[in-house]
Amino acid sequence: MGIIKTSKLIFDYIRKDEEENIEEIKRAIDDVSLDLEKGQFIAILGHNGSGKSTFAKQLNAILLPTEGTVWIQDLDTSKEENLWEVRKKTGMVFQNPDNQIIGNIVEEDVGFGPENLGVPTEEIWKRVDESLKSVGMGAYRLKSPNRLSGGQKQRVAIAGVMAMRPQCIVLDEPTAMLDPNGRKEVVKTVHELNRDEGITVLLITHYMEEVTGADRVIVMDEGKIVMDGTPREIFSQVETLKSYRLDVPQVTELAYELKQKGLDLPDGILTLDELMQNLLPRFAERFPGEVILENGGSHGN
Amino acid sequence: MAIKAEHIDYIYGKGTAFEQHALKDVNLEIQDGEFVGLIGHTGSGKSTLIQHLNGLLRATDGKLYYNGSNIYDAGYDLRALRSHVGLVFQYPEHQLFEIDVFTDVCFGPKNQGLNKEEAAKRAKDALTMVGLDESYYKRSPFELSGGQKRRVAIAGVLAMNPDVLILDEPTAGLDPKGRDEILDQIKRLHEERNMTIVLVSHSMEDVARYVDRILVMNQGEKVFDDTPKEVFQHYKELESMGLAAPEITYVVQTLKSHGVPIDTSITTIEEARDEILRLLGK
Repeated sequence: MGIIKTSKLIFDYIRKDEEENIEEIKRAIDDVSLDLEKGQFIAILGHNGSGKSTFAKQLNAILLPTEGTVWIQDLDTSKEENLWEVRKKTGMVFQNPDNQIIGNIVEEDVGFGPENLGVPTEEIWKRVDESLKSVGMGAYRLKSPNRLSGGQKQRVAIAGVMAMRPQCIVLDEPTAMLDPNGRKEVVKTVHELNRDEGITVLLITHYMEEVTGADRVIVMDEGKIVMDGTPREIFSQVETLKSYRLDVPQVTELAYELKQKGLDLPDGILTLDELMQNLLPRFAERFPGEVILENGGSHGN
Repeated sequence: MAIKAEHIDYIYGKGTAFEQHALKDVNLEIQDGEFVGLIGHTGSGKSTLIQHLNGLLRATDGKLYYNGSNIYDAGYDLRALRSHVGLVFQYPEHQLFEIDVFTDVCFGPKNQGLNKEEAAKRAKDALTMVGLDESYYKRSPFELSGGQKRRVAIAGVLAMNPDVLILDEPTAGLDPKGRDEILDQIKRLHEERNMTIVLVSHSMEDVARYVDRILVMNQGEKVFDDTPKEVFQHYKELESMGLAAPEITYVVQTLKSHGVPIDTSITTIEEARDEILRLLGK
């Protein structure tokens, strides 16, 4: 069994009037059974209101199931005695860095989590050190968070989570408010944590480009899981994704459009490199002597 | 000529330890009916600049003209200026507060001194412009989806009947379809009502697709002011400023660097598709 497991998970938002009578029930998660493998980089896509954020909040018991069960490494999140352990195992990072940063200087902010867990002082400083290094923010340790860029703030927020030594980090649209550079910084940092520290990553995003490097992509719609596969499998299905109000990376879309017009290209091209490997040999044939293939023609294998 | 800025300088906290030179000698002109994109990394001065355009911030130095009059002249009616130049802030839905959608959108025009009927007419118009029909009027703004809330907030500014609409990252946090819907709606306002639009965005792809002209801010200075095609040719300089070009720019530039005789000013998927097919003789 994986690090995160859900079985027939259902969650209802229940609205009550002033007399506590139920006015409206909205099913946000509808019968989701999932098994997420430790150490993987998993992306969750879905339009606004599809249930992704509600699902994320189940993973560290901010919300508890209406029906069904969520286990974080065998711990049932609905059991109160598991609450602290569950929250130690899964750390959350949200959209707006300014809502998550509380310290006056960076190191204070990163130390807040472990301090709250009752970690001894010596150990806290050690963790602050390591966490800031792991997100590439070691040099900013004594700076004021106010002075940082959006991407840097978000990395500090990630360091704050890392300092709690989680098994898994859940990031709910961490790049929505960032400029292109900030987005790149954050996605790169998260990939490094996944690769170098073996942290399981769950990334929720609206930017399709951020998903191409994931091990597994899950698409949610109306609280259900409607697609589940590798980025290539998912992004091969351009029309299906669009029907869920989603999109594909621009490179994938270009390849798809070219294919529609009769160019023989494989499905689900995800990166610029892949597109070039497929296009350059054709151009070389068409413009002999003008077009250079790097690496002496890497066409085919 | 709608807006003209001459040598605008703005210093936050002048004379304090936190003094910061946010705008440096910015000159620009925005003509009536233009669709302008404004890009720059976080902290480049974009938001400071747009707050000058409707007089929310006053330049430390320099002149700002709206339809030929210097808005810093004694006796200039700044209140009227703010009706002409509507500003939609980032995450505008955080500013929704009324009991229902219709009342919320009426707030602006009522504040402008319009009577109830006139305000209601404006609100109706504005909600139609953003694609929300009568079934939404009596709903609480807090029950709507993210994209719908954002439309209500934009309608609130449109109801003041602005000639110029400035939007600070109107698509942040929306799903791809929601992004397209909002931007298409803005484009329609531009085309059908000849509204002047200034769009602040972090999405190079969106800017490439929608605007006629791009202003690039870097460290308080305006560094580029040209068509998307021209600006994105400088993708390496943009990268050094914490920005980027649309993905398609990288496709055509890479092809070019391998000797493919492709037009490197291409920035959209459709253009790239047609050009590649043409070159391959398909």
